[in-house]
Amino acid sequence: MAIIDPRHAAKQLIFERVFRSATLMAAILVLVILGGVAISLLHGSWPALSHFGMHFVTREIWNPVTEQFGALSAIYGTLVTSTIAMAIAVPVGFGIALFLTELCPPLLKRPIGVAVELLAAVPSIIFGIWGLFVLAPVLQRHVQPWLIEHVGPVPGIGKLFMGPPYGIGILTAGFVLAIMVLPFIAATMRDVFDTVPPMLKESGYGLGATTWEVIWKVVVPHSRVGIVGGVMLGLGRALGETMAVTFVIGNAHRISTSLLAPGTTISSAIANEFTEAVGDLYTSSLIALGLLLFLITFSVIAAAQAMLRRLERRAAL
Amino acid sequence: MNTLQRIAFAAAACLGLAAGAVAANDISGAGATFPYPIYAKWADAYKKLTGIGLNYQSIGSGGGIKQIKAKTVTFGASDMPLKPDDLKAAGLLQFPMIIGGVVPVVNIKGVGPGQLHLDGATIAAIYLGDITKWDDPQIKRLNPKVALPGTAIAPVYRSDGSGTNFLFSDYLSKASPKFGTTIGANSSVQWPIGIGAKGNEGVANMTTQTDGAIGYVEYAYAKQNKMSYTQLTNKSGAVVSPSAESFQAAAANADWSKADSYYLILTDQAGAKSWPITGASFILVYRQPTDSVQVGEALKFFAWAYKDGAAMASELDYVPLPAALIDQVKKTWRTEISAGGHPVWSGP
Repeated sequence: MAIIDPRHAAKQLIFERVFRSATLMAAILVLVILGGVAISLLHGSWPALSHFGMHFVTREIWNPVTEQFGALSAIYGTLVTSTIAMAIAVPVGFGIALFLTELCPPLLKRPIGVAVELLAAVPSIIFGIWGLFVLAPVLQRHVQPWLIEHVGPVPGIGKLFMGPPYGIGILTAGFVLAIMVLPFIAATMRDVFDTVPPMLKESGYGLGATTWEVIWKVVVPHSRVGIVGGVMLGLGRALGETMAVTFVIGNAHRISTSLLAPGTTISSAIANEFTEAVGDLYTSSLIALGLLLFLITFSVIAAAQAMLRRLERRAAL
Repeated sequence: MNTLQRIAFAAAACLGLAAGAVAANDISGAGATFPYPIYAKWADAYKKLTGIGLNYQSIGSGGGIKQIKAKTVTFGASDMPLKPDDLKAAGLLQFPMIIGGVVPVVNIKGVGPGQLHLDGATIAAIYLGDITKWDDPQIKRLNPKVALPGTAIAPVYRSDGSGTNFLFSDYLSKASPKFGTTIGANSSVQWPIGIGAKGNEGVANMTTQTDGAIGYVEYAYAKQNKMSYTQLTNKSGAVVSPSAESFQAAAANADWSKADSYYLILTDQAGAKSWPITGASFILVYRQPTDSVQVGEALKFFAWAYKDGAAMASELDYVPLPAALIDQVKKTWRTEISAGGHPVWSGP
């Protein structure tokens, strides 16, 4: 009697092949969808792009009445709000992750970890409404007047904090975004820090290193790639976030030097105006905004990939 | 006939019946968000009465126009009337269904609902940034008895494209030539100053939160939230307050009989009682529909809503059309919507 039943083996072989092609199909599906999105975005935005040409990305004007559209203010708003969000969320997320993995008493580890994950599960509309009804009034009454009075007169940086305290605007949007992307960054970094082999850390301590030295010389270098990944995940969400931003950014197609002034982002402009947009050029310009966001996100991911590869190469040396 | 064939035949028959039942029963429509609450309420009552449901997707006027042009729905709904030429090119017919009004609201310390009086030119100057303080001489002249503070004016606008924006910017364009040439009227416009809030609730919230703010919301919203609305000077020079009566007066004073394809924007109408920022929401159907049975059902529903839906509309602070206008619309249905040479609707 044979140890392997040939019929069973044949069946297994077919199963393997079917499974293999099924996973291949699933993988190809992603490419097909992505390609489809890109093609339909290009097709939809063609009337606007061919009409305005390069002016579409270099002009600030957005006037549905005269059908003059330029995406500069939306691009500016998208980049600035995301930058503010990352400036706040990356250090805080890094701190949360380090505390949870290296310094936290075991009793607190689970509650804080679960809280961070819960924050990630809150729908964006909730953040938007909270930002508008709770955060904006607080900023308007207590934070922004202080900024205007004390930071406003400072030469240079003061330009960022001028004008009336509306409560909502670029700064508020960046702040809400920071809270939204924080759990993604913190959770990813925590998972990466957890993968640092205990032996490495213990060796560090064994050589007489302090906690500070172990963190900076063992944990962080070992998880560089994961840290970049977490930051990019957060940045991707910040660039594309729609609903929460729409509520708190003030939705004005203008570029102001002040962070307290209202602005707009690519996704919030689409969410605001697409439903009632009448006319081919108007609709097409909104789709062209979508294409720009697609390109921005794509280049961010490409840059991250390039950076990761460089880091890996350096680590290998 | 063997068993298999019999089963297949029965299944096909069932499917056919089911498809027929859906097709004959439900009316489908898509478009404007502003009238959605009242359409939904009517649909609910009508379903209980007749068993015929209405599937209305409130996806926005732009979406409604696209859907009816793609013939995926029986009727489209728009807050902005389409121009007669566009209608003719698409073979569509439009008629007004329900009326609503837009109300300016303010947040000035010590000024209650209805106490401040403004006119179109002044509001336009505020939204253009030409008037920046509440104690501006132009505002003081309109309000000699109101103690106005020197607070800066913070204009708030609707950021999402909406019929409310259209009515407001259309009114300001009519009231101020400068606004008309520099900004113009549309469902979203490029405001030179101020802050954009999303939806009626966003504008209402920004206005109540910000000292010195001025905004504009749908009447129902101002009324239900007890906001400080303003009085306005209308085209005839009379000072009016927003109410169902003043909206209906604007609709009744408009000369619908002369309006080609009901292309009439109700802002800035003459008449001593007319509220100047009034607007109608429109329905779009095909003049020669391919799905004439469906359109007939839809028109039956609209006829019922005109007759029996007025009280429900008033409950939700919408304003029913004046009786003369309803008669005119029904006449249009009888004479202009036909299939195979026969009128699609022949009700009273």
